[in-house]
Formats: sequence, C-alpha cells, structure tokens
Amino acid sequence: MNNIPLTIKETQEGLKAKKFSAVELVDSYLAQINKYNKEFNIFLTVTEEQAYKKAKEIDRSNFQSPLSGVVVSYKDIFLTKDVRTTAGSKILESYIPPYSATSVNRIEAAGAIPIGKLNCDAFAHGSSGENSDFGVTKNPWNKEYVTGGSSSGPAGAVSANMSLVSLGSDTGGSTRQPANFCNLVGLKPTYGAISRYGVIAMSSSLDTVGTFTHTVGDMEIMYDVLRGEDGFDGNVKNFVKPEIKKRFKLGIAKEYFIDGLDAEVEKMIFEVKKTYEKMGIEVVEISLPHTKYMVPVYYIIQPAEVSSNLGRFDGIRYGNNRNSFGEEAKRRIMLGSYILSAGYYDEYYEKAMKVRTKIINDFDEAFKTVDAIISPVSPTPPFKLGENTKDPLKMYLEDVYTTTANLVGIPSLALPSTFSTSGLPIGFQIMGPRFSEHALFELGRKYHQEIDYKPKIAL
Amino acid sequence: MARLTKKDVIHVAELSNLKLTDSEIKKFLPQLTKIVEFVGSLTEVNTENIEPTSQTTGLINVTREDKVISENMLTHEDYFKVKAIFQGKDK
Repeated sequence: MNNIPLTIKETQEGLKAKKFSAVELVDSYLAQINKYNKEFNIFLTVTEEQAYKKAKEIDRSNFQSPLSGVVVSYKDIFLTKDVRTTAGSKILESYIPPYSATSVNRIEAAGAIPIGKLNCDAFAHGSSGENSDFGVTKNPWNKEYVTGGSSSGPAGAVSANMSLVSLGSDTGGSTRQPANFCNLVGLKPTYGAISRYGVIAMSSSLDTVGTFTHTVGDMEIMYDVLRGEDGFDGNVKNFVKPEIKKRFKLGIAKEYFIDGLDAEVEKMIFEVKKTYEKMGIEVVEISLPHTKYMVPVYYIIQPAEVSSNLGRFDGIRYGNNRNSFGEEAKRRIMLGSYILSAGYYDEYYEKAMKVRTKIINDFDEAFKTVDAIISPVSPTPPFKLGENTKDPLKMYLEDVYTTTANLVGIPSLALPSTFSTSGLPIGFQIMGPRFSEHALFELGRKYHQEIDYKPKIAL
Repeated sequence: MARLTKKDVIHVAELSNLKLTDSEIKKFLPQLTKIVEFVGSLTEVNTENIEPTSQTTGLINVTREDKVISENMLTHEDYFKVKAIFQGKDK
C-alpha cells in the first residue's frame, strides 16, 4: 500500500471499505521500521510475530472496536507480558515481565495491534533521549537534533510513521516535550485519570501515562479507552465525560516570559493568542507568582522519589546489579538520597512539598478566572545532539514549563503549531483544571481547525 | 547553605548502595553541588503555616472490597479451607 493513513478514522474507514487489510498495514509500518530504524534508533524490540497474529484476528473481525486496526508501540517502561522490557537501562536488558500494564491490556482489548517497544532515556530520566543505555534516538525531522525526552522513541515512532499512535509517560514533561519536538499531539493526563499499573515507576507522586497521536480527535479516542479505575492503581478515579462549555476564557501567565525563552517560541505564543482571539475566545494575562520555583521544587521531589523507587533494583529480583545504572540514574539517586538524608530532609524535601502547595494554590486561584492556561512547552525549539549533555543543570532547566502540570496534578495537552525558521517543529501546551481533558480536546480541535492543521510525517 | 564535600558524596553513595569510581566521584561532586545550590533557592519562599503536599488526588483510604476466594468456600470453624501449598512428608 502507498499511503498509510494518519488518523484512526481513516485507518478504520480503509479497513471497512477493504482498501487495505490490517496485515497490509503491518507490512507497511514494518517496512518503514526496517528502512529507518538503524539510522534513528527508535525501536528497541520489534514484535513482528505478535503484530501479524493480531492483524489477522482484526482482519477476521468487523472493525467495530474503538481501536480496531490501530498500530501502536510502547515506550519500553510499559510491562508487556513475555516481551522484553528494559526501561532503556542495561539493568533490565534481559528482563521479561510476567504480566502487562493496564494501559497495554486496555489498548489491545480495544483492537490495537502492538508492533514493538521503544527507546527512551533510562528509567525515563532525561529531556533529550540521550540518557538511554541503548543509544540516542535521532529526530526524524532532522537527525542532527534530539527528539526530546524522555519518551524519545514514542515521539520518533509516530513522527516517522512506524506506528499510528504510541504510549509514553510524563513525569515532568516526558510526553509533551518530545511531542512538541516532533510535531505531534501529546497528552499528560490528570494525575489519577489513567492507571499506571505495570509502568516502571520513576516518581510516584508525579508519574502519568502519556499518549502520542497526530490529531486531537485521535487523542480523545485513546484517552477514553485508557482512563478509569482498574483496581490496581489506587489513585485512579472514574468520571463521566462532562458537558463542554460553549464559551471559553484563556489565560497566559506573565511569569512565562523569562530570560531563556527563545524569540521564535515567544512569537508563536502570541500567534496562538491571536488565533484564539480571532475565534472570539478571550485571552487574558494572569499571574502564577511561583513559576520560577517549578524546577527547584521538581528537582527535589522527583529525585527523592527516584532514589526510593530505584532501590528495588538490587540485582536480586531483576536483572543486573546496581553497577549497571547509567550516569543520570546514579546522579538522581545520589541527589535524592542526599535530600532525604538526616539533617537535610526538612531543608529540602519538606520545604519543596510546602512550595508545591503554594504552586497549587496559584493554579486554584487562576482557574477561578480562566478555563485553561496557554504555555510554551519547551523554552527553545529542538536542540542539537550533545548541546546540553555537559551540564545536567542546563538540561533540567528545559523542564521549566512542563513540570508545572505534574506538580499540580492537572492535565496538559501539547499541540503542534508551526515550524521554526530552521525547519524544526514548535508548539504549545494548554493546561486545565483536574479532569478537564475533554475541554482541552475541544480547545485543541478549535485551534487546529482555525490554522487548518494537517498531520505530517517526517520520513 | 551546606556545601558538598568529597566525604558527603562518598557517604551518599553508601546510602544509595552505589559503588562509585574515583572519576565518578570527581565528576559528581561539582555537578551535585551546583544542583543542590540551585534547588536551595526555595529558602527564599515564605512557607509559614503552609501544609506540605505529598499527593494531588485528595483521595484518602482507597480500599477494595475484601473478598476471600477459596476453591469451593469450605470453612472449618472460623477459617477458610484452601488447598495445601506444601506437600507433607507422609504423602
């Protein structure tokens, strides 16, 4: 087949009209993987046999399930029964899980065809994909640049047309930032909307399951399949899809315009504001006074939780011993242990938890006057491979706009917008109150309709 | 604010159950110092009378229904009878 469809709707229409079969779809995605994976290092494991088996089942069905025929790939921190799961780390290079994550089970029960496991920063530590123990993933839009991270493979796979959708995770921006760097829609859901059962834990008070798609419509379908209680993740709550408002009011925080915000990204944010205003949606200036403390709070709470979650990798129950941790994992474990150690707990950890409360209060206050908040995702367009690796702190500052949604526990939808003068994707995110995903989808759809957005693939 | 020393790094590595090489210690010392100094900027925030946040769901005491699943729900006095896990010697 020549053109692989770029939306769930077109995929299913094609299958129903017998324009192509699910097996032919798998052929096409595999051809793309075989052609480009060596160069871009996106897949760690390709599950060809499993994909064909499921595709044949789908071809015998009437394509009525919400994800019938949708080819999906998973960041390698999602446990997949009988399929190697590494978390991008040498510690787990030969680990084969005895069960699958809830999100994997749900997606596959809804008719999706799993095609493989994706590269990522080891244990999801990173903002560029360069911390993977299996080598860096290159950006399909330009291989001199990073895909972003830590879900480097999931962003690479969808933008290189190696699967239609993919699952990643988002602890401090790990879905939204790579989605942004690869011209994709990325969702960080409300903390407690999607079960994390079977997702290798990084920082448990911040971790969420992220999704990558080409369009907002596809994101909504994925979200409705994934969300809801499973009896295994006690943070998850069911909810009924709320009625969507007719009139929206949006806010942009004045504190977002900091030193280090790239001029092109800043310009794009003003363009987004104008686009919404053209549609009759009011956009006002708001204040989030604790914005500059996001990264410090995040880089206390997150490494503290990392040091505790990675304690289980002792070489006894799983794979290799602790000497196999990569440099970034060691750095974060060390940082976390220091912060939690006697004499420093109050000064750092307790303090960060208190400032986290103040950050949440800022947002509660803001959502009294606006329905959602527009923000940059990354302060810069995609950066070059190696550009930020020498200085870990510089890399951490990449997370200034994304850690917010994780600390506050709210959803954020990253949307592709335009391309920089050097031809690299840039976009923005839109954050709403807890469980406001459907309103964010509506706002995303409106924006994409207005700019006449069409999904594009890089390769 | 506390400044990290080589001794601190060795101590923290021990707490973390990590064996660091000399070159790793040399590399981590300035990096960790810089990060700890940076996150230390929080001291300037007034957090008097502020409760710490450890989770954002507001949910408390999430429990599931307590169910006992036994082969055929045989009871013996106040206990449930289940299949033996270990094989006895006399078998």
